[in-house]
Amino acid sequence: MSKFVPNLRELAKKPSILLPGHRLCAGCAASIIVRQVSCALRGPTIVVAATGCLEVATTIFPYTSWRVPWVHNAFENAAATASGIEAAIKALIRKGRYKHKHVDIICFAGDGGTYDIGLQSLSGALERGHDFLYILYDNEAYMNTGIQRSGGTPKGAATTTSPAGTVIPGKRENKKPIADIAVAHRIPYVATATPAHWRDLMIKVRKGIEVDGPAFIHILSPCPRGWRFPPDLTIEVAKLAVDTCYFPLWEYENGKWRLTDRSLQIAKNPQLKKPIDEFLKVQGRFKHLFKPENQHIIKELQEYVDLVWKDLLKRCGLA
Amino acid sequence: MAVEAIKQKVMALNGNEAVAWAVKQCDVDVVAAYPITPQTIIVERISEFVANGEMDCEFVAVESEHSAMSACVGAAVAGGRAFTATASQGLALMFEILYIAASLRLPIVMAVANRALSAPINIHCDHSDAMACRDTGWIQIFVEDAQEAYDSVIQAFKIAEHPDVLLPVMVNLDGFFLSHTLQNVSILPDEVVKRFVGKRKYVEVEVPYLGKAPLVLDPDKPLTFGPLDLYDYYFEHKMHQVVAMENARKVIKEVNEEYAKISGRKYGDGFIVGYGLEDADVAIVVIGSTAGTVRHTARILREKGLKVGVLRVRTFRPFPYKEIVGALKGVEVVGVMDRACSFGALGGPLFNEIRAAFYDESERPIIVNYIYGLGGRDAPVSMIKQIYDELLEIKKTKKVEKKVKFIGVRE
Repeated sequence: MSKFVPNLRELAKKPSILLPGHRLCAGCAASIIVRQVSCALRGPTIVVAATGCLEVATTIFPYTSWRVPWVHNAFENAAATASGIEAAIKALIRKGRYKHKHVDIICFAGDGGTYDIGLQSLSGALERGHDFLYILYDNEAYMNTGIQRSGGTPKGAATTTSPAGTVIPGKRENKKPIADIAVAHRIPYVATATPAHWRDLMIKVRKGIEVDGPAFIHILSPCPRGWRFPPDLTIEVAKLAVDTCYFPLWEYENGKWRLTDRSLQIAKNPQLKKPIDEFLKVQGRFKHLFKPENQHIIKELQEYVDLVWKDLLKRCGLA
Repeated sequence: MAVEAIKQKVMALNGNEAVAWAVKQCDVDVVAAYPITPQTIIVERISEFVANGEMDCEFVAVESEHSAMSACVGAAVAGGRAFTATASQGLALMFEILYIAASLRLPIVMAVANRALSAPINIHCDHSDAMACRDTGWIQIFVEDAQEAYDSVIQAFKIAEHPDVLLPVMVNLDGFFLSHTLQNVSILPDEVVKRFVGKRKYVEVEVPYLGKAPLVLDPDKPLTFGPLDLYDYYFEHKMHQVVAMENARKVIKEVNEEYAKISGRKYGDGFIVGYGLEDADVAIVVIGSTAGTVRHTARILREKGLKVGVLRVRTFRPFPYKEIVGALKGVEVVGVMDRACSFGALGGPLFNEIRAAFYDESERPIIVNYIYGLGGRDAPVSMIKQIYDELLEIKKTKKVEKKVKFIGVRE
């Protein structure tokens, strides 16, 4: 059981593993997430990155923002790369050729590198049980290549490959339940988090590091450029995602599901649950849904959110 | 130590098992692999060695060849010694990561049991798989028999990890012809191999804010591997790879000599192996196990007084263009045998390399191409005899009817 208790006074002194000078956009949640993850680290840590915004914007040669050993291999293979690192360190420790007794291995990958192109290598690594933490920072589209739809893009959202057309008004499919897929592997720890709920995020990251075996944390990463909201609203948008139950906070530990933080409060006081419109209306990617001819999509989204939320309450023994 | 002093154990092994034995003795930390015919025996044997505690290594049974090479990249960049094996479609699936392994300068060793590429699906030998990877930045060695497969894997680690090289090495053995054919293989004592290969040493780099740092993922000296590298530096990094590949020329020769000292076996100069070339009028250039058939045929013809020779290209990358020009000096007609097809090109990959090698020479032989054996089609003595007959005819008439000929195929 983790003894880690985030204390704001102490955390403020903890240096980030991501140093200033990187070139992520103003308001990007990814750098905030890495900063918060840093607070929960016990070290030493090795970071593996999938191709994506966080990778390209932090390592433009000859500069790097990373204060820890860091490797980027390709787009779809962060989990396989982590598997190799973990295996090598295990062998070297056993042979008495490694100076540290233990190293935490953390993957950072976006939704494209996780839901889509990287799903096979992730599933393989989870099945093999490597001791590593996989962090999905989900900005719900291929933002690095200019906002194309991914398996993580929600229904109705306009992207450059699922535009809000006159015949097809945005993406037609629901978001893939990626964290449920991770749970289906029966790994020791799976959780969801957002940078708006920083304390919850840090506790979960620490748990993910401390468990023996693979852990998966799905972190919502609001993207001002892709979601079309002002860069000062990042945390606000993340809050709305949780308040509307669009993105509930939960964890799966030792085979048990549990709601956490704001989502647990909503479960106890259902009147706190906001309608999905509150989350949609602050983002330009959903603007077209408020036209009369597209209102049915908002209704469908609300129904889907309610269905998933009800199912989650059941899993957590709260329904 | 004198060669005679080292007692070698003779074992009946096929090419795949010979590779597995070499890997077992090289103190490898991680083997990440996926089964594919005709390579599978390699990973099966290694799994057995690990399962029986005969080999202190992490065997990572990955879910694809793409992940096999990706995990090898992770293992090698973390400081471990990594090995994998594949063939055909598996190698094709790895293609993306082959470039990354070479560009990150990771001394990974991989055995490839050469097999034809789909479609149609075919499990038998040709060199299309390896030839498709000739520009990936890997050193490529092609062996002639199971003994050489064993010897070359041991040499490969030494070459790959040399501080002037730091490049991955692909050891190619012909699928089925070598991978599945039993042969007496001399196995060196474990300790001798361990000493020869040594522990993996890390090159140190000078970093302004860290001082000297080992070129691996070291929490005490945090380096960034695989960053975004644009038009302002990418080209220079490619130039480093060019230099490393050039450096490999010397190292491959040295390792071939050093290995001869412990084993009593060496393969020409490490790059090419000649037969009868001293006085040959015509010669066949060939890669892989077919070289044995060609040499056998040449021997028969030489007994009849015909001056024919054989040149086997053992190392394809870096390509031994100077050595080949030197070895074929005085040869009037050269027949190059390619077990791979480069659709739309003027002949096969080996043919093109050799023709390019001779372009600047004032005296050039007539060079013709024979594309043979695709999808495992047999290359019998009669076929080789036909090639020699044609080369001798060209020598006589100085007339070439077909520069590039497909042989052993229905018209």
